[in-house]
Order: sequence, then structure tokens, then C-alpha cells
Amino acid sequence: MADIIITENARKVILKDAEQTYPHECCGFFYGTDEDTRTVLEAIPVENTKEENRERRFEISAKDYLKAEQYADEKGLTLLGVYHSHPEHPAIPSEHDLRQALPYFSYIIVSVKKAKTVNVLSWKLNDQGRFAEEKVINQNNPFDVDVFLSSYQ
Amino acid sequence: MAKIIIPTPLRKFTDNQSSFQATANNVGAALSELTETYPGIKGHLYDDQGQVRQFIKVFVGEDDIKSLDNENTAVETATVISIVPAIAGGCC
Repeated sequence: MADIIITENARKVILKDAEQTYPHECCGFFYGTDEDTRTVLEAIPVENTKEENRERRFEISAKDYLKAEQYADEKGLTLLGVYHSHPEHPAIPSEHDLRQALPYFSYIIVSVKKAKTVNVLSWKLNDQGRFAEEKVINQNNPFDVDVFLSSYQ
Repeated sequence: MAKIIIPTPLRKFTDNQSSFQATANNVGAALSELTETYPGIKGHLYDDQGQVRQFIKVFVGEDDIKSLDNENTAVETATVISIVPAIAGGCC
């Protein structure tokens, strides 16, 4: 199982979006580095443009996708994938998720129940075109003074 | 001539190149140049009937080619063509 590191700032953004958007599905992009292990450094929410059934569907506009690629280019980061939430459902990709899944991207899914995060899983297509789970590693931000000080209290 | 921006998920098929410089004078011919240079990307852009896949959009600048002249849309040296995969899904 490949690892994916999610830094604290990115995780906070994703979970806040998932909980605040409940009972609808949230969605967004995340950016970072793709070396031996993927590291998610930044996540940015985007609008769920699905006009109906947003409690169980999401869609991202082509223009938001273009902006995401441009943002990654400007920041010197890699567009690593897409996150979205599954309100009242497990963080497991559905057939709908699989149908439009792209190679290379990681898909972070947040399971949310009653507006609270239950768990966060990440998935990536394998060579057979099926989702394989990535091992999520949560990482505190390097040089985060508050975290550094709290470890000495 | 036009510059084609390759979306991140498809760069594995273009030797990790993020863009491709085409010499053609319309979108369809520019994309053909791309797929001739990088055949591995073709199946991700076109279906078995040779049509651009349902989940792929092609933009010239900020406009979907469907609102222009589709693959006959003319391009110039400064034109930027973007391949945009549809992003969607849902829990159930």
C-alpha cells in the first residue's frame, strides 16, 4: 500500500469543508509534492456545481479545474488529486466515483456523520483500473510553533 | 501553431511534459499531432468512434470548443488549448 502524507493545515481545510458543507458533499483539490511518498501540503475547496442531489453527488466545473492546474503551476506544486465527502456513508469510493476516476490522481474521501468527521481514506487507481487504498499518514506542520511548544507542556 | 496544456493525470502519457507545442492551425489537427507524438494518450482523449470522450472537455483559452467551432476551431501562435477532464462522483 502506497503512503500519502497529509499535513495538518491541509487536513484541517479538508475536514472543515466536509463538516461545514454537510449534509451536502464538499469537494476540492489538493497540492503538494510527488516523490517516493506523496505529500499533501495544501488543500483548496471548490464549489460543488451539481445542481441537485448534492447530498450524494459532486461535480467540479471545467473552469475550476483549469484554475487548479494554473495554481499548481504558479506555486511550483503538483496537483495531486481531488477530495470530497460522503455524508452518512463510508469513505469508500462508489461506482460513480470509479466511473470518472482518473489515473495518477489520489482521491481523498471523508466520511461525515451528523456533521462530524468519522474517518478519512485515500484511494488511487491501480493498473487494473480499480481503486487501491493509500495509507494516510497525518503529519504535523514542520516549524509549527504551537505544535512545537505544546509538545513540551 | 498552438500550445496544448496537458492535465496532470495524463502527463504519464506525455513523458511528464506539461505542455505540447503543435504546429497545426486548428484544434483537431493540433490534438492529432499530440496523439501521434504520444500515442499512449489517445485512448484517454478519444472513444472508439474517434470522438472526444464524454468526460473530456477541450478549451481554447477560457472557452469550451463546443461554444466555438468544435475541433475546427482555428488556432494561432499564441493560442492555448487545454484538455480538461470532468471531475465528478458521489457517495452512492
